[in-house]
Parts: sequence; C-alpha cells; structure tokens
Amino acid sequence: MTSNTRISTIAVLGAGHVGSAFARVAIEAGYRVLVAASGDPQKIELIADVLIPGAEPRWATDAIADADVVILAIPLHRFHAVDPVLLAGKIVVDLMNYWSPIDGVQPLFEDPALGSSEIVQRRLAESFVVKSFNHIGYHELESERRPAGSRGRQALGIAGDDEAAVSAVVDLVERFGYDALRIGGLRSGRILQPGGPVFGALLTAPDFARAIGYDAAA
Amino acid sequence: MNEPSTTSFPLTMAMDTFGDVTFDRDGNPLSHAQTIRDIVEQGTLADAVGVDFFGIGEHHTDDYPLSAADVVLGAIAARTERIRLGSAVTVLSSDDPVRVFQRFSTLNAISGGRAEVILGRGSSTESFPLFGFDLSDYERLFEEKTALFAELLKGGPVTWNGSTRASLHAQDVVPHAENGPFPTWIGVGGSPQSVIRAARRGFNLMLAIIGGSPARFAPFTTLYRRALEELGQPQRPIGMHSPGHVAATDAQAQEEFWPRYLEVIRHVSKTRGFSIPTKAMFEQEIGPHGSLYVGSPDTVAAKIATNLTALGASRFELKYGMGGLSHSALMTNIELYGTRVIPRVRELLAEHPAAEGSHIALPEPV
Repeated sequence: MTSNTRISTIAVLGAGHVGSAFARVAIEAGYRVLVAASGDPQKIELIADVLIPGAEPRWATDAIADADVVILAIPLHRFHAVDPVLLAGKIVVDLMNYWSPIDGVQPLFEDPALGSSEIVQRRLAESFVVKSFNHIGYHELESERRPAGSRGRQALGIAGDDEAAVSAVVDLVERFGYDALRIGGLRSGRILQPGGPVFGALLTAPDFARAIGYDAAA
Repeated sequence: MNEPSTTSFPLTMAMDTFGDVTFDRDGNPLSHAQTIRDIVEQGTLADAVGVDFFGIGEHHTDDYPLSAADVVLGAIAARTERIRLGSAVTVLSSDDPVRVFQRFSTLNAISGGRAEVILGRGSSTESFPLFGFDLSDYERLFEEKTALFAELLKGGPVTWNGSTRASLHAQDVVPHAENGPFPTWIGVGGSPQSVIRAARRGFNLMLAIIGGSPARFAPFTTLYRRALEELGQPQRPIGMHSPGHVAATDAQAQEEFWPRYLEVIRHVSKTRGFSIPTKAMFEQEIGPHGSLYVGSPDTVAAKIATNLTALGASRFELKYGMGGLSHSALMTNIELYGTRVIPRVRELLAEHPAAEGSHIALPEPV
C-alpha cells in the first residue's frame, strides 16, 4: 500500500460484543459503518437497530467491497472460514486474540514462533494486516474515549508491516479518542497479546511505552 | 417507536455463591467438605432472613469446589420452606441436558416447586477438559443443548436429533416437573447473540455484570424485549448478577473485601491473561458507575435500586463471598442483605417508581 488512505467507510466483520462496541464507537467518530456476520444480514438487523444505530447490515462480501478498512472482530475459531480473496488489497485491522485457556486450542494459531496477527497476515497474504484495539476491553473502548490532549487519555498500540496501512489506522485510533502508539511491525504486535504487559491494562502513552520497555522519550 | 411494554414482574432479591473456599480465623483455607456444609448453613440463613432466591454456580477448582451444586441445593431445600433455589450458572455445554433436567426436576420435587436453572458458560472453563469437551465447540454445544433443554422443559415425550448427544425418540424423561416448566434463565455476559438466543428459546434473561458501568447493559434489555416482541412471545423477567459484600459500614466492607478481591483477581488473571486491578480501579468499581456492590446496607441498597431502575430489571442477584473471607463474615453479609438491604431497596423503589420503563411490580403497602 503506497498512497495515503483516508478512511471513510469501515466494514466490521462480527456483530458480537466486540464488533458491536467497535461499530458504535466508529459511528460516533463520524465514519460510515457496514456490519456483517456470517450469512444473511437480516439475522443481525435487530442487533444493528438496537445496539448500533446508524450501522448498515450487509453480506460480508458487499461490506468488504465497499469499505476502506475491514475490522476482524469475529471469534478466532471462525477465522479459518474467512476467504482471503475477499480481503485482498484491503487494510485489515485484527482485533482478535488467541488465549487457549479460554478459547480452546486452535491448531492454526499454535505456532509459538509467531504472534496471532502474524498468522492472520500469512493467511491474508494479499491484505495489509494491522494489529490494534485487541488489548483494550470492548466496554472500555467506549468508556475511555477522550479528546486529543486531555489529561489521562489512554493509549492504544498499533503494529503492522505496511507503513501506509499503519498510518491509516493511527488516524482511526486518534479519531476514536485514543493516543496512537506505533510499536513496530506485526512481529512486535506480540507484546499486545493476552498475557502481555498491556493486555487489559488502561495506560496513558508514557505508561504504555514504559510497560512495553520503550523509553518514554522515544 | 414501539409501545412501551406494560408487563411487570415482582421484585426478586437474590443471592448466589460460587462456593468460594472460606478461611478460618488464622487465615487457613477450610476443607472443601466444611465449605460445603457452611454453604448449606448460608442458604438456610438466606431463607430465614427473607432472601427470595439462593443460587450456586458450578465450578470445578480447588478454590471453588462446588461441582455438584444441585446436591447442596437439595440439602438446603430440605431445611427451608420459602426460598427459591437454583444454579448460577449450570455449565450446560459440558453437561448432558437430560441429566441437568433430571437433577433440577428432582430438586423441584424436594423443594415443592422452588427450583430454577440458570444456563450459561460462566466465566470458568475447567469443566470442558474435565468432561472431554473441546472449548472451541462451545457455540455448537450451547446452541444444541439449550434447544434440547427447552424441549425437556415442556414435559411429555421428547424427540430430538443432534450432533452433541444420542438422539431421543418419544423419550419419557423423569421425574416429571410437578407444575409445568420451572423457571429457566440464560446467563449473558455481553454477547448480543446470546440475548437473542434467550428470547428465541423462551428463557428469562440474566445479565452477568461484573465490571464497568451497569448502565451500558441497558441496550441489551431493549434488545431482549424487542426480540421477544418480534417472535410474538410474552415478555419475560430480566435479572442482573453482580459481585459484592455487605458489612456494617462502608469502611468495614471495603477492608474485608478488597484484599481478598485483589488476591482472587491476581490468581485469575494468570489464567485469563489480563492485568491486575489497582486500588483506583477497585474504587471506581465500588462507586456509582461500577459493578461491585461493596459497602454498608444503605450504600448497597441505593446502588441496587438505581441500577434495577436503569436496566428495567426485576431481579438483583448479589454474588456474595470471595475466596478467603470467613464463614462468619458471609453469614453477616447474608443477614444484612436480608434484614436491611432488601427492605431498603423496596422502599427506594416505592419512593421513586420509575414511571416509564419500569418492569418491577411492588406489592401494595399493607
């Protein structure tokens, strides 16, 4: 990805607790939001109407085609069913986490040498995968938003191998109400995973940087 | 806009426990057997002080040894007359719906029709490997098993086919429930699909609100009511379950609860992969915008009344106890909840009946 992508339309795959919270926040931040679950959009019409007013339920194929960025907010064990062809050329933000004590063992994600988003990127070889939003609770994503520059604004880490895709997600994070912290490539994204120092923790940018071992001044 | 629902349900003030192991005066954990005998005492006291429902959550670990909650409920049933008894929750996905029905129908018989079941995942997962189930099958297991459980509740011969247990053909499952189906709830933590499933199956909705602002669950109650409407089903009760601890004063409740809470969460965070809460996070949770009900009877009652009103829920279920508290602190908690919190919640709800959207019916003052 070379050009500067300005995100205006977001496709959220998954209308569960994570997907619906993300979609709500995205709508309030001024984006056009398309939501898709597995199958017929009619199945999520009521959820969208009550929980995500303003979101447009779509078939996944249509939502992806119309979007500037695609949010993966599906249960991790359903990831193997996602067709990489549909996502080719798209910025894909991976909100999923792998934590086998809770999710059960997923053989696809059992490679100790790779972070879960690296595995996602390998499978979605033609997409630009960015890891972010995975380490904050879905309800905190809504309650902890603060305007830029305000005291106590929380930080979200962003990892990705494609600079333009990362920049687009940085913009998204900032507009949602968080300080965006670039932490490096997808390999570095492993530090955002369950069991890591920032998972489930609410941290300002300096505290976040300290927690992951970066110099606060860096 | 939809017509505001006029359906209301009686206020139900409930308590439940996960069977958290209690400690003696010297800070040593009591045996599993003693913890279980103490829970029988606690349930009996809850009945005596006017608590409406007593629940036990199925767990399978050293610090929560209540793997056979229904047996304990049977003992409480035999010693009580009035209190309703049930699970909180039954991990249906790793159990056999036929056996769950049989056990709770038996409890219903012993108690003279006081049994209830809350089905759900709970937050622990130990029962899956223990009984040979794969956690990644969770959704299929829960979907199929709730469907079968709904069939079993109807009474009469059951015919059922699925992939998670042997098929049934015109099978009579005993003991028959005495007076029709006993109340069945689905415990929901945050999944909109689970809310819709509860409506689809005709089960009551129990919201497990264990962190953050309770008000953020309000859209879930709207979703549940709308789903029931669209399905042409009657409205059903909505409950909320949250943890807490009641003592004589706010300071005493906090002093007793915080160190135990920190210890338990520290332990749990290792298996769940999240970070350990700070004192500031705890203070946020016990305040008006959090989900812990820790304090004096007046503090806890005010918070319960506010949140029942905010959610339009008719049932509040206090998850009492926290590993390491003493049996006597828990007995005091139960006594204060029954004698002070419950009457105060009734008073507060009568003083400020939430005119619109109230789904709680209070008895007329005598």
